[in-house]
Amino acid sequence: MWSNRPPLAALVGAVLLMAAPLVVPSWILFILTLALAKFMVVLAVALFLRAGLVSFGHGLFYAVGAYTVGFAVKWAGLREALLLVPLGTLCAAVVAACVGVVMARYRGVFFAMLNLAFSMIVYAALLKLYWLTGGTDGLGVRPPTFLGALPPRTIARMSYYYMTLAIAGGVIYAVYRFLASPLGYFLKALGENEIRIEYSGESARRVIYLTYILSGALGGLSGVLVAFTVGHIVPEYAFWIQSGEFVFVALLGGYGSVPGPLVGAIAFEFIRTYASKYAPEAWQMTLGLIMLAIILFRPGGLWTIYEALAGRFSQRWRGAESG
Amino acid sequence: MADTEAILRTIDLTRSFDMVKAADAINVTMGHGELVGIVGANGSGKTTFLNLITGYVKPDHGRILMMGHDCTGLSPRRITKLGIARSFQVPQLYTGLSVRENVLLSLAAASGNSASFWGPLYRRPWLGESGEILDRFGLKSYAERSVAELPEGGRKLLDIALSFALKPRLLLMDEPTSGVSVEDKFQVMDTLVRVLRESDITTIFVEHDMEVVQRYSRRVLVFDNGRVMADGDPISVLADVEVRKAVLGRE
Amino acid sequence: MALLTIIGLDGAVFAAILFLIAVGLTLIFGVLRILNVAHGGIYAFGAYTGTYLALGLLGLGYSPYWSYLMLLAGALLVGLTFGPVIERLFLRRIYGQAEAIQLLLTFSIFLILDDLMKLIWGTQPMFVSAPYVLLGQFSVAGITYSWYHILLIGLSVAFGGSLVWVVRGTRFGKLVVAVIHDREISVAVGINVNRFYTVAFTLGALCAAVGGALIAPTISVVPGFAVDVTVLAFAVIAIGGMGSLEGAALGALIVGLARALAIHLLPELELVAIYLMMVLVLLIRPQGLFGEVELRRI
Repeated sequence: MWSNRPPLAALVGAVLLMAAPLVVPSWILFILTLALAKFMVVLAVALFLRAGLVSFGHGLFYAVGAYTVGFAVKWAGLREALLLVPLGTLCAAVVAACVGVVMARYRGVFFAMLNLAFSMIVYAALLKLYWLTGGTDGLGVRPPTFLGALPPRTIARMSYYYMTLAIAGGVIYAVYRFLASPLGYFLKALGENEIRIEYSGESARRVIYLTYILSGALGGLSGVLVAFTVGHIVPEYAFWIQSGEFVFVALLGGYGSVPGPLVGAIAFEFIRTYASKYAPEAWQMTLGLIMLAIILFRPGGLWTIYEALAGRFSQRWRGAESG
Repeated sequence: MADTEAILRTIDLTRSFDMVKAADAINVTMGHGELVGIVGANGSGKTTFLNLITGYVKPDHGRILMMGHDCTGLSPRRITKLGIARSFQVPQLYTGLSVRENVLLSLAAASGNSASFWGPLYRRPWLGESGEILDRFGLKSYAERSVAELPEGGRKLLDIALSFALKPRLLLMDEPTSGVSVEDKFQVMDTLVRVLRESDITTIFVEHDMEVVQRYSRRVLVFDNGRVMADGDPISVLADVEVRKAVLGRE
Repeated sequence: MALLTIIGLDGAVFAAILFLIAVGLTLIFGVLRILNVAHGGIYAFGAYTGTYLALGLLGLGYSPYWSYLMLLAGALLVGLTFGPVIERLFLRRIYGQAEAIQLLLTFSIFLILDDLMKLIWGTQPMFVSAPYVLLGQFSVAGITYSWYHILLIGLSVAFGGSLVWVVRGTRFGKLVVAVIHDREISVAVGINVNRFYTVAFTLGALCAAVGGALIAPTISVVPGFAVDVTVLAFAVIAIGGMGSLEGAALGALIVGLARALAIHLLPELELVAIYLMMVLVLLIRPQGLFGEVELRRI
């Protein structure tokens, strides 16, 4: 049926990712770090897409995570990764717990628009309260320390990469557990038959609310990690177009699986790097055209291409064995 | 029948839709273990009655008591938690999941809130129970297959199995044989009634098919214009001329 | 007193333009059940095209009175090309698919349009002042105001009035309202659904394009102004009720006035005020002021 266990290719991919710093040049490592960092918020959006709900407002949690780090650095001089990562995630989760109370009552277009409205309020606040947030200039974020120590410059990039990879690994494990639990299945069931859920004695609102908190936490986690990686955060993190980008990446990679968003995030970062090199003026158009192509020809995303190939491969394999 | 024994009791249950009285001061009492058939022409109020009892629709006046508890105005979810389960005329299934997963979700929902969210859905006690339920409903061979592969009779049975898995005290079935082919009708009902009798669940089913009602129910309620016009054993009720005119004459 | 008049006039002008955009958006949503994220892009394109044509004609030495016609021509050009093209080439392929897909499709069209404008007309602001300047100004409470603004309000009101006439008086209008209210009617009545959808979408696009063309002389047209308007339009129809034409009018008035109030009294709150209002309305009355609650039938 619907697969909840990691396929072989994912394990191969994991090995490749772990070996990456030893083989690839530094700029590719940077892209991979960024992709791994953004992967979580894309996964967060993908969770809701499985339930048939679109969130055009995940920039809210992304910005909360990033600016928690920004404020902590600016005012408390905090630089410790082991502190900032849980702090940013927690702040985002708290925001999600508050906003989720409201959001759980809505579906469809209203869910998308309400999400959007909340994130835009935060965007407006981040923009206007410039004495706090740096306004359009944003905030600088210095590289974080691990247990007080700053990694030496030669391996700095590599250590941040491994930190992000490790966290991503943890997230993947946690989400697989979540999806295998009754809550994870109810989430999928929500998109198919809410009536049956209510008539089973379970509360659809509760399912959405709990997922919302998890989703928000993941969004905040992404914000923290991206702040570390990029070193500079701006109010645009909460803008609706940023949120739209997350939905796009979820679609690009395929939101029906857990590796999908990761594949999408990596592909997206590479596309963006090349687009900014060859067609910097037309980035939005490039994005739009690719999205159109995917929607019209491959709505399952890149991951379904892999699944189709894998399916055909295993069929041939089985055929060779029995034939 | 004393109130403590009555599993369901409605008192002056009334509901109108745009000037039409779909339920007109209905007073009905049902005891534990009964097998009741509800008949009536289209628009006679039988579906409204079902909707009122399961909380899908709120009454204008009157009360609903389940084993003495006042259920009036509660949401479908709360009513389900109190022990009334319902199956649907159009089967309400999780179409993207397997047959077994559908049952597992019902079991998860019935197990109480905190238990459902930790640990996997595929856990041993539930796997065993779901296998048992599917077996009793004759769906074991479809267990790992998608819901989409079920034949129409199978979909109906699964829909009822999902409600059954909640271990309700009272099970309401809305037209269990509608959409099922004539050959399969009796097979479906045989399976159903056998399972329900074995589990000692009070059952109410709304039906259009007189033969089904006659064969399987032990008590029949006839609805007409939002009121119960007859209430008794199937043979005498369905033989009554007035009843036949009301139920069959207008169809 | 003077301040109130200014706020009132400003609010009315915002409302007039917002109404044009919102009514198109709500029409598209009501009939096609799709939220057209690209709506703001069509609006901006109308502004750009109208301005470009007007400037072109003026550059050729024609009398500035022709600029009005050029604005209208630009809007018609944009609406009548983008409308059918977008609906038939793209939207038609995704009817009935998941909401996420539909939203993303119109979002991607928006992104393409936004960059297309940059590519065609560059990033320098364009400004055609002739239509605005030509009508002259008047004084109210010591503040000078332009007659063009009054024209905008008048045109918008006239448009609203003609919409009412179309909806009540013509077969097409009644059909539109019926389809918005109950989708199954469209099948039952036996109309050519494909053509109906194309016409509905094109009409919506035309409204947006006209709105853009009309506002162009009062601002300088720059890349990116589509983005602000898009979210405002959402706010308007969320407040007014999706699929409701009266809702678009009332929503536009409310948002327009709120924006005017915020700009003059508390400029810091300008952006936040709109979204806060949207959140409040969605919380208290999720279907909007004039929207309808859909009851599930099982």
